[in-house]
Amino acid sequence: MIYSENVMDHFQNPRNVGVLKDADGIGHVGNPVCGDMMTFYVKVAGDRLADVKFQTFGCGAAIAVSSMVSEMAIGKTLDEAMKITNSLVAAELGGLPKNKLHCSNLGADALHAAIANYREKQAGTAAAGGAKKVPEGEAEKCACPYCDGPIIEEGAREICRKCDIEFVECPSCGDLNKKGMETCVHCGEALEK
Amino acid sequence: MDSVYLDHVAGTPPRPEVVEAMLPFLRERFANAQSLHSGGQEALQAVEEARERVAGLIGASAEEVFFTASGSEANNLALKGMALAGRARGKRIVLSAIEHLSVLNAAKSLENLGFETALVPVDGLGRVDPADVRKALTKETVLVSVQTANSEVGTLEPVAEIARISRESGVPFHTDAVAAAGNIPVDVHALGADALSLAADQFYGPKGAAALFLRKGTRVVPLIDGGVQEGGRRAGTENVPAIVGMGRAAEIAAAEMTKRIATETSLRDRLIGGLLERVDHSALTGDPSNRLPHHASFCIEFIEGEAMLLHLDMRGVAASSGSACTSKSLKVSHVLLAMGVDHALAQGSLVFSLLETTSAADIDRVLEVFPPIVEKLRRMSPLYTKFLEEKTP
Repeated sequence: MIYSENVMDHFQNPRNVGVLKDADGIGHVGNPVCGDMMTFYVKVAGDRLADVKFQTFGCGAAIAVSSMVSEMAIGKTLDEAMKITNSLVAAELGGLPKNKLHCSNLGADALHAAIANYREKQAGTAAAGGAKKVPEGEAEKCACPYCDGPIIEEGAREICRKCDIEFVECPSCGDLNKKGMETCVHCGEALEK
Repeated sequence: MDSVYLDHVAGTPPRPEVVEAMLPFLRERFANAQSLHSGGQEALQAVEEARERVAGLIGASAEEVFFTASGSEANNLALKGMALAGRARGKRIVLSAIEHLSVLNAAKSLENLGFETALVPVDGLGRVDPADVRKALTKETVLVSVQTANSEVGTLEPVAEIARISRESGVPFHTDAVAAAGNIPVDVHALGADALSLAADQFYGPKGAAALFLRKGTRVVPLIDGGVQEGGRRAGTENVPAIVGMGRAAEIAAAEMTKRIATETSLRDRLIGGLLERVDHSALTGDPSNRLPHHASFCIEFIEGEAMLLHLDMRGVAASSGSACTSKSLKVSHVLLAMGVDHALAQGSLVFSLLETTSAADIDRVLEVFPPIVEKLRRMSPLYTKFLEEKTP
């Protein structure tokens, strides 16, 4: 089995699955190109998370991470919940395979996005329908296909620092290709030079 | 409860006769097939008998069959070996966009040596249009490679016609028949292929045994240099047990193919019909009629492949998927993308590939356990929630 017992438990019996109709904050992260999408709903009482629910489209790790994040968050103050990190989630789950660690980033990100959405609403600045995660200069996209490391956005460029590769998105299928390739390795479409 | 193994495309169980044939060569008949002593000569004879049998499966003569350790190696030998042998004439190779990664990535390596790759597109059913191959051919083209059947969507390609087009232009034609050979009739002369790859673990032979057919006169530069095993095309001590196993499996496949195809086709259609009926928002991928007899592949909307596989596995059903999460590179199947399937739907890829021993009861068990898995995963899918909201505003 590729996953630990704890991951499989949360995958099979995910806690806190669902939609909070009267949520105080909603956070969406991920996209289908990377493979996982998560929506977190939070209900706030005082400065604590009274309830957290989630929905996840994704693999076993993504589902287990969402479940674990929801369990860790309920009852915490907002500030405490903002300190839940991907490595804490992965550790609580008894570890994740290396190429699935990005799933744990998504889980914590989705929770934080929901809390940020709540805080923006309180401040009167939120957009309707919940916050998308705001890219923070160095937002992590999908993993580099060569080294599994993060792909960094620098202005309009998408690069992997470790491999020193710049990527271009295929206009047809959206997949990442090494800059300079003539055709997309995945769909064969011609790439812009 | 016995598990139901529906992952033929990842590998078939070796037939008991195959294992029996191999065992002596793992034990007392261990000698090196290149040795002059009688033990060595016995091993060599066994290798040559296996070569005859594999040749018989694909209508070739024995001296046109070269053993390799995997289908990937056979594809690499064909791509790199034939391209390099033709480099004086030109540096362009033509492939379909849905070739196996051992073909596509071999072509990428060739690009580093100055070769240029033209990828021919496929339609929504995964079919290559031979006219597109013709358009892609230039005077500099030294190789065309299009697979016989696709292992992810089951579609059979019009390889005979593509071979004819290549031949008319004087360009050697290779076909990756790993998913097809031993499962459907594959005859190198009927196809008109100059080179063809096949692997034993796709037709109830062992892993570690595969072969490349090279029509007499087809030139390749070897990838592995050394002794003169395999006519100098592939050095290295012969894996005698695996080769013997492949030979026995080829013999059985040739004898039982018609019966296998009939059984598998009817069970495949039972699975396809039953699944599409029981699971809404699901679709068959690949060509519905012109497909591998053991292959049933789907995209299930709103949910992801790995999660489906884990649940199926816990219920004793082994299958596979082309979702990004199931691949180590976290890339969604290039085959589905090339067919125009969007990323979200491609994540819901699921492939059931049947064995010769698959029973109607096995299919019915899949049809029983699968719909509740879909329901469970959809209940927690934000995409499904969104879909329901948009349906009933």
